[in-house]
Amino acid sequence: MIATDLLTNYFPIVVFLVIATGLSMLMVGVSFLAAKQKPDTEKISAYECGFEAFADARMKFDVRFYLVSILFIIFDLEVAFLFPWAITLGKIGLYGFWSMMVFLGVLTVGFIYEWRKGALDWE
Amino acid sequence: MIKSFITPELMPAFPEISLAIAAMLILLFGISRKEEDYNSVSNLSMLALAAVFMTLCKFCTETATTFNGMFIADAFGAFMKALVVTGSFVSIMLAAKYVERQRIMRFEYPILILFATLGMMLMISANDLIALYMGLEMQSLPLYVLAAMQRDTVRSTEAGLKYFVLGALSSGMLLYGASLIYGYTGATGFDAISTALAGHPAGLGIIVGMVLLLSGLAFKISAVPFHMWTPDVYEGAPTSVTAFFAIAPKLAALALLTRTFMGPFGHLADQWRQVVVVISVASMVLGSVAAIGQNNIKRLLAYSSIGNMGYALVGLAAASPAGVQAIMIYAAIYMVMTIGAFAVVLMMKQKDRMVEQISDLSGLGDRQPLLALAMTIMMFSMAGIPPLAGFFGKLFIFQAAIGSGLYTLAVLGVLASVIGAYYYLRIIKVMYFETAGDDVIDKASDGRLNLLLGISSALIVLFIVFPGPLLTSAADAAQSLFK
Amino acid sequence: MIEAIFFYVFSAVLIGSAAWVISSRNPVHSVLALILAFFNAAGLFVMLGAEFLAMIMVIVYVGAVAVLFLFVVMMLDIDFVKLKAGLVKNAFVGFIVGGVLLAEFVWMYLRWGMSQVTPHVMMPTPDMAQVNNTQALGMVLYTHYVYLFQISGLILLVAMIGAITLTHRRRPDNRTQKVAIQVARNPKDVLKVEKITSGSGVH
Repeated sequence: MIATDLLTNYFPIVVFLVIATGLSMLMVGVSFLAAKQKPDTEKISAYECGFEAFADARMKFDVRFYLVSILFIIFDLEVAFLFPWAITLGKIGLYGFWSMMVFLGVLTVGFIYEWRKGALDWE
Repeated sequence: MIKSFITPELMPAFPEISLAIAAMLILLFGISRKEEDYNSVSNLSMLALAAVFMTLCKFCTETATTFNGMFIADAFGAFMKALVVTGSFVSIMLAAKYVERQRIMRFEYPILILFATLGMMLMISANDLIALYMGLEMQSLPLYVLAAMQRDTVRSTEAGLKYFVLGALSSGMLLYGASLIYGYTGATGFDAISTALAGHPAGLGIIVGMVLLLSGLAFKISAVPFHMWTPDVYEGAPTSVTAFFAIAPKLAALALLTRTFMGPFGHLADQWRQVVVVISVASMVLGSVAAIGQNNIKRLLAYSSIGNMGYALVGLAAASPAGVQAIMIYAAIYMVMTIGAFAVVLMMKQKDRMVEQISDLSGLGDRQPLLALAMTIMMFSMAGIPPLAGFFGKLFIFQAAIGSGLYTLAVLGVLASVIGAYYYLRIIKVMYFETAGDDVIDKASDGRLNLLLGISSALIVLFIVFPGPLLTSAADAAQSLFK
Repeated sequence: MIEAIFFYVFSAVLIGSAAWVISSRNPVHSVLALILAFFNAAGLFVMLGAEFLAMIMVIVYVGAVAVLFLFVVMMLDIDFVKLKAGLVKNAFVGFIVGGVLLAEFVWMYLRWGMSQVTPHVMMPTPDMAQVNNTQALGMVLYTHYVYLFQISGLILLVAMIGAITLTHRRRPDNRTQKVAIQVARNPKDVLKVEKITSGSGVH
């Protein structure tokens, strides 16, 4: 069941969320309501140094960014596994320690592989 | 709360642990070379698989569970793992010259095959729903990458993408079914689920969960109606990768299906039998009918494998030790036939491009009589014509079905087999009775491919003379599943 | 009472943003709505007491997976109009399939009964007052479930190999510094000190 003790610990976050939402809506809303708005075609046209926009703003991107992002996810998941282990290391003893070491070893093999392969180089 | 931790018994999982360590060491070896060294990595991988094969025989007689009941090593598992490891060994052997020609000669290729094999072995030994899923993903991930290996061609990347998207969808269905089963029984281990379900009538929740699980697994063996990915992925992937797809992963998924549905859901056999019968009939019929209009030999072999899985599912529908034995015999024979067929396809080279159309095989009977003979043996065996091994595989399957009282299923299976024989015989007709086209087909001579083709042809032809070893080991293994 | 308010707020925003994901015309809006959905789902997890799960969901899903989505959506020119055209064509079949599935699940949940089968509970969840969610997970994940833990490590390794195999390209004409060789140079091999008398020049 929902433990109210736990949830009261999160109350400051709720307060923060409410203030953040409220403040940002306030800032946008007041400027929307209180400012004089008289748009005409000149004012709302796109700015491209005087010319009309002549191409789509999207450009081809190098797949290297994607590779970096994927490698980030993998090591992020490794860290996510490390969190509970770090907290409970005292209770799970030597057995838990060595099981994590084997896991880290497997991922170190992967790290060596990607280092030597040059996936971490940015040309 | 866990008070004391008992280190798990590692011996039952020794083949898998050694394969994992070997794969990682070979990866480190491969990356430590100055230049891309495919041949040594490939040879080392084959050596590792051979070593793992040796360690498998240890569990041919006893059953052991370890890792808190999540891992089971028994004779059934040992038999199917032996098939899978052999299949992977052969796939690496088949690939050598082909990858060189297609410029995908990267050393990660055999390493991905090793990891896929590891996943298959983990799947076959799974005794828990979560372990089942982990093994499944471990097998599928390298397969997705392998399908897209020829990354500069649209065909290959499309195949990898299709396989991945549809595979992820099916894994989602499977997980949903598994979560429903957990919710209904309160446990994920197969032993615990079996105890929870024994003696009680099946509730609606468990049936829905079971059907979703079956759907997810049917995708992996490309049974109708979850077969849509198979022709496109088989056609688009590089041919050596297609050979691997057809040979090994299907057997592992079949073993997993058998263990899952004869084990924890054994009491509910009447419920899932209906679904399996429908899937099996649909697969057999589609496999026979849809292949008739095909011109691409890889697509034809894809539909043929769909049909073959349909026949294997007949053995599962029988839900008896005879049925399980029939599945295992059929799986072994199917693997040998597929190896032979793909060895022939990989051997053909027409100047620069690989052969893929059936019409390219015309006139082979005159120019390469031995090759045509080998292909003929494979095709006759796949069509189920006695006295070749394929006939006996189907015989055992239908015997098991009749033994369980599924007469209609057996009759439908025989009819589908007869219809399907048409396209196998058509290939033979093209080879012998059509004149060769303008282009001359050179046989890409590779000693290893010749050896493999010779061995598989001999096995198919001589099965009628020496059926003993396969039959007895399959019978023992099937018994171990029912203890 | 106050928990009920939070539950309804989170669920409403979650469902609303999920609907926005699939109906938006701009793909970037869809991904941002997906991020909003993830945050609300994390809020629901916190309300169940699964705080570790909620935080990991935010870190991994929003921090990594949604970023990947944004990469693809922002940098590739996906023409949603063309993609959505297929939706109109197949809407009828889609509705039938979805409707059948929905009917099945609703029927199943209405008839759900645990009374026939005694739940064979393996390990009861420890009391949240004594052990928080992260600790509870940590105590079993590395010991009882060590098999699954190690397999997940191997799957991560395979994912690394796969990602690099598919996307990594080495430019053949690229020259890099080899720092180890540079640092290993010995001054004795490359430098020579010559004693020159003034006015005579170097030979």
